[in-house]
Amino acid sequence: MATVGRALLIVAFAVALYGIAASIYGAVRRERAWSDSGRRAVYALAGVLTLAFGLLEAAFLRSDFSFSVVATHSSTTTPAFYKATAAWSSQEGSLLLWVWLLSLWSSLVLVLVGRRVREIAPVATAVLLGLASFFLTLTIFYANPFDTLAIPPAEGVGLNPLLRHPSMMFHPPMLYSGYTLFSIPFAFAIGALITRRLNAEWVLATRRFALGAWLCLGIGIVLGARWSYTELGWGGIWAWDPVENASLMPWLIGTAYIHSIMIQEKRGMLKVWNVSLVLATGTLAILGTFLVRSGILDSIHAFGASTLGVPFLILIGAMVLGSVGLVIARRGDLRSEHQLDSLLSREAVFLLQNVILVALCFVIFWGTFFPLISEAVTGTRASVGPPWFDKYTVPLAFALVALAGIGPLVPWRRMTVAAVRRSFVAPLLLALALLVALLFVSGARADPKALAFLVVVGFTLACVAQELWRGIRARQAVAREPAPVALVALVRRNRRRYGGYIVHAGFAVLLLGVAASTSFQHARDVSLRPGQSVRVDGFDIKYVRAVAKPEAEKISLGAVLDVSKRGRHVTTLRTSRGFYPAQDLSLGIVGRFFNGEAESEVGLRAGLGRDIWTVINPDLGPLQRIIAEGNRRFRSAMLAIQAKGDGSQASIGQLYALRDAAVAAVARRFVTAPWSSQFRFIVSPLATWIWIGAIVTVLGGLIALWPAPLTARRRVTAGYAARVARELARS
Amino acid sequence: MNPSRKRRIRLVVALTVALLLASALVYTSFSAGSDERTAGQLLDSAVAGKTYTLAGTVKQGSVHREGGVLVFRVLDPHRPVSAQVRYTGIVPDPFRAGRGVMVKVRRSGSTFVGEKDTMVTKCPSKFQVAPPSPGSGAST
Repeated sequence: MATVGRALLIVAFAVALYGIAASIYGAVRRERAWSDSGRRAVYALAGVLTLAFGLLEAAFLRSDFSFSVVATHSSTTTPAFYKATAAWSSQEGSLLLWVWLLSLWSSLVLVLVGRRVREIAPVATAVLLGLASFFLTLTIFYANPFDTLAIPPAEGVGLNPLLRHPSMMFHPPMLYSGYTLFSIPFAFAIGALITRRLNAEWVLATRRFALGAWLCLGIGIVLGARWSYTELGWGGIWAWDPVENASLMPWLIGTAYIHSIMIQEKRGMLKVWNVSLVLATGTLAILGTFLVRSGILDSIHAFGASTLGVPFLILIGAMVLGSVGLVIARRGDLRSEHQLDSLLSREAVFLLQNVILVALCFVIFWGTFFPLISEAVTGTRASVGPPWFDKYTVPLAFALVALAGIGPLVPWRRMTVAAVRRSFVAPLLLALALLVALLFVSGARADPKALAFLVVVGFTLACVAQELWRGIRARQAVAREPAPVALVALVRRNRRRYGGYIVHAGFAVLLLGVAASTSFQHARDVSLRPGQSVRVDGFDIKYVRAVAKPEAEKISLGAVLDVSKRGRHVTTLRTSRGFYPAQDLSLGIVGRFFNGEAESEVGLRAGLGRDIWTVINPDLGPLQRIIAEGNRRFRSAMLAIQAKGDGSQASIGQLYALRDAAVAAVARRFVTAPWSSQFRFIVSPLATWIWIGAIVTVLGGLIALWPAPLTARRRVTAGYAARVARELARS
Repeated sequence: MNPSRKRRIRLVVALTVALLLASALVYTSFSAGSDERTAGQLLDSAVAGKTYTLAGTVKQGSVHREGGVLVFRVLDPHRPVSAQVRYTGIVPDPFRAGRGVMVKVRRSGSTFVGEKDTMVTKCPSKFQVAPPSPGSGAST
C-alpha cells in the first residue's frame, strides 16, 4: 500500500507540473483548450490526492506499522477517533493534508468562478499548482508520509497525550483550510496583476473565498484557544507563542482585506492597498506554515528539528519579491478612481480600521521574530513576553472594537453633523449608562482600563443593535411584519451587510469575555492534602478525596473537590493528571508507567457569570522510592527467568500480570496514603462569553458567506456590471 | 486649502505618527527583551537582579519538589555544566527530565529563581522522534 501511496504522490506531482505548463501556455498563447486542460489538471490533482490521503488514513485506522509515520504517531491502544486525527499530527501527514486541501479548494474556485474570469484564471491556476507542486516536493523528497520501516514494530509509539482532545479533529484542518483558502485570492491577485485585468472582477470572484478563509482560520484559532483552556493545564487561552501568532497574522490582514475590498467595489479606491493586503495575507499564510515547521523560533507547538526551513524561505522570498515587483510594475494600472471625500465617511473609518489591523499585525510580527532580530542586531537572542505584546495590542484592540460600532453607522462618502447626532446619541447614552452602572454597582472600577473596555464594548453592541432596529422599523413600515419576521427578512435580503454586523457584535462580546476574564480573574496555586480547603474569590474549595485509576492506556491520579459559597454547595469538580507509559525502557519496568508523557484533565464549572477552573499536578516524589524498588525486583525476576532459560509465553505473561498488579498498587497508594498535591484554581468572570462571542461571530460569518437570494444577487450584479463597464471603458 | 496640498500634509502627519510608533516599538522591545542564555553563560556572567531567559534541557534525575517549589537543573547544550532552577507557577504538561525548556530566571547566589508562570516546554508531539526499534512494542 505504501508503494501505491508513493506512486500517487509522484503522479500528483507530474499532474501539477503538467497543469502549470498547460495553464501558462494557454495564458500566453491565449489558447482556451490549453487553459481548460490546466484547469482539468487541478481536478485530477484533487482526485489523486484524495486517494493518497485516504490511503494514509486507512493505514492509521488499520494500525499498519509498516508505515513509519503510523508507527511513530499511533498505536493499537489509541482510540479510533484519535487514530483518524493522528494522520495530521505528524509533519508528513500535515503536509499532505495541506496540499490536499489546497487542491480541493482550488478545484472549487475554478468550478465556481473559472469561467467568469477567463483571462485571469489560467495564471491563477498556474500559481495554485505552483504552490501545490512545492508542497508535493516536500512530501516526496523531505517528509514522505508513505516511508516504510524494514521491520515493522509490534506496537506504535501512540499519539501524544496532549493531542488527545476532540479539537484535534477540527483545529488543524480548519487552520489549514484557512491558510489554503487564502492562497486563492492570492493566486487571482497575481493573475490580475500579470494580465493587467485590475478592475474589481477578480475581487468579486474571490471575495467569498477570502471570507471563507477568514472564517476557517478564525474558527481554527478559537478552537485552539478553547483547547488551550480546557486541556493544557495553565488556564489561559492565548500565550503569544510564535505558532499561535503565525495563525493570527494572516487573519488580521485578511480582516483588513475583506473590509477594504468593499471600498474598491463601491468606489474604485484603494486598489494598490487591496492587492498589497491580499498578497501579504497569502504570504503570511505560508509564513505561518513555515514557522511551525522550520524550528527557527522556540515554540511549544513547532515541528522542530526539521530540514524544511530552507525550501520555505526560498518560497517566501519568491512570494515577497514577486509580489512587490508586480505591484510596482503595475502601479499605473492601480490608480484610484476617486479620492477620499471626507474623514467622516465609511471609507475613512475602514481605512483607519485597516491601518490599525496592519499595525496590530506588525506589532505581532515584530514580537514574534524579535529573537531573530535581536540576534542579528546585538548578537544575543532575546525574547519579549506577554506583557510587551499586551502593551501594544490592548489599545489597538480597544480602537478596533470602537470602530466595529462606529463603522456601520457612518455612510459612504460623507456624514453630516446632523447625521452624527442622529446616529450616535443613543449608543453614547447607553455607553454612559453602562459606565455609571459599572462604577457604582460592580467592582469594575478597580481596573480603569478594563472598565473603559467594557464601556466601549457596550457602545459597539448598542450601535449594532440600533442598526438592526432601524432596519426592522423600516421593514415594518413598508411590509407591516412582526419584528422577528422583519429581522429575518432583513438579514436574508442583505446577508453580507447584516452578517457583518452580527460578526461585529460577536467580536465585541468575545473581547468582552477576554477583557473581563483576564482583568478580574482570581488565581491561586496551592498545595493541599485531602480534607484541606482554600478560598478563591469567595468560593471555598475543599480537596475531598484523592482518586487513582490505573488503566492500560494511562494511569490517572486526581482529586474530587467540593466547591461551596457561604456554606452552600456550588459544584463538585474532578481533575486528574494522566500518565502515559513511556517507550523508554531505561526508565524501568515499573517506572516507565509513571515517568512518561503526562496530560492534565481540567476540572471546569462553566457558567454565564463565571468559570471555576482547576487542575491538579500530583507530586510523584513520594512514589519514586517504591517505583525504584519495583524496577529492581522485576528486573531481578526477568533475569532469573532468562537464567533458567524459561522464556515461555506463560512465564512472561505471568510476570507481566504481576507487574500490572504492582503498577496498580503503586498508583493506589495515592489514595490509600495520600500526600499533598499541587493545585491551580482560577475563578474567571464572563469567560464563557468568549465562546458565546465566537459562536455569534461564526454565525455572522456564515450568514455573510451564504449566497444571497437570486433577485438581490441580480440587483447587485447589475450595479456591479455597470461599474466594471465604466472601468473597462476608461482603460 | 488646495486638495493635493491637504493630502500631502495628511500623508506627512500619518508617516510621522507611524515612524514615532515604530520607534517606540523598537525601543521597548530592546529594553524589555530578556536575553536568552545557556546555563554555562548564566553561571559565568549572570548579574543578580537582571532577568534572563534560560534555555536548555532538563537534567535527568534532577526534578523534585520542595513544598510548592519545583526544583530542577538545566543542562548547557555545549558544556558539561548545569544551573539549578527553583520555580513556582504553572508547570506545562510536557515538562519532564530530558525535555527542552525555556524559563525566565533571576540569579540568587548559586541558584536561579524562575519567574512565576514563565516556563515553556517544547512539545514533543511535533518533534521528529526516532522510529521505535523493531519489536520493541510495550505490552501492558
